[in-house]
Amino acid sequence: MKLTELVQKLNLSVRSAKGNLEREITGGYASDLLSDVLANGEEGNIWITLQIHQNIIGVASIKDLAGIILVNSREPEPETVDKAEAENIPVMVSELPTFELVGRLYNLGVGGTKE
Amino acid sequence: MAPNNKISKIQELVYEIRVGEVMKKDVFTVSPRTHMSVLRVILKENRFSGAPVIDKGELIGIISIEDFIKWLAGREEDCPISEKMTRNVSTLYTDEPLTNAISKFDQHGFGRLIVIDRYSKKLEGILTKGDIVEGLLKKLEIDYDDEESRRLRIQHFFEDISADKTVLLFQYDVIGHDFKRAGECSSRLKATLKRLGLHPQTTRRVAIATYEAEMNLIIYTDGGHIRVRVEPHEILVRVEDSGPGIPDIEKALQPGYSTAPEWVRELGFGAGMGLNNIRKCASKMDLRSTAGKGTRLGIYVSVEDGAGCEAN
Repeated sequence: MKLTELVQKLNLSVRSAKGNLEREITGGYASDLLSDVLANGEEGNIWITLQIHQNIIGVASIKDLAGIILVNSREPEPETVDKAEAENIPVMVSELPTFELVGRLYNLGVGGTKE
Repeated sequence: MAPNNKISKIQELVYEIRVGEVMKKDVFTVSPRTHMSVLRVILKENRFSGAPVIDKGELIGIISIEDFIKWLAGREEDCPISEKMTRNVSTLYTDEPLTNAISKFDQHGFGRLIVIDRYSKKLEGILTKGDIVEGLLKKLEIDYDDEESRRLRIQHFFEDISADKTVLLFQYDVIGHDFKRAGECSSRLKATLKRLGLHPQTTRRVAIATYEAEMNLIIYTDGGHIRVRVEPHEILVRVEDSGPGIPDIEKALQPGYSTAPEWVRELGFGAGMGLNNIRKCASKMDLRSTAGKGTRLGIYVSVEDGAGCEAN
């Protein structure tokens, strides 16, 4: 599944790197702890979090994640958007809370890292 | 003129690229029973200069704007397309190289050629000279991009150096409590190692370990230095600060143990997993600390280990 399809099917608002949505997603990881994502996220994953500060971009970049979905309509800080543009990492916003969003992702066929 | 035996890139490509790769797949077809007066509307509305004529799934001819003009000029009565179309259609197979198409265009002076499947003889697409030019340009662009990114990577960097011992040193300075610039050093290091052509897994392990170490400097200290020593077989990341030091290293190494203040935890840091992550990424780790004086951390990632799994 590509990011473009997720954006469309989950009604996500894209806040950065609009030109980088053609990447194939390898799965998903949901966590608000940065070290946890660094340890357990996988290359090409979509990351679901409520953290909106710019350090999430550093983590996504180091792990080569496909993109970040912010939950509960939380908007990224302006510095986060700037950094995301510079690193070409898509940041998207969903109005759903984490639990509901992950459920929808599973229904769409996006699995976790332990399968 | 001296004989020129050098084969140009274009010459190479016209043998390499197949007709099926550059043809237009969405072909508008017409039925032989459609009338010329209807064809006029179709050609005008879609700005086509011709269309294949298909009957029961089979290609039986082609009707072009030239045929249409001839019919107009003759002031003949309206009739089905089948009476005015060209029946001997010159076709190409999808698996033919472009060079065949080019010689056919040269020979007959056609504006377009119909492309069919070699075995099923079914219509697959239509090819114009413009499609050939477009296909060649696209392929050249792709090749050029590949070439460019290859030049950017100093592949086999170490192999090109002739010396008994080769060591590269990089230093990054970390400012304490500066969350805005957090992760910058490890990002810069990652980009540098990538350009050296190191294995992606090795690069990622070093980058993750360095990120955690950098975060520790930012959260707990007034700053410090990260010095990276790159050798062909091993990368050593040395992290140094001048305080406050770790009172109990055993405890600090326990997963989940943290002394981070609440506001740091709210940002998603300070979960007590940093040193653990570093240990997971490293082939060897060396941590020394004196309370009140400072901490020295050595992270060794061997290039061989690096090519393995990152989370073992």
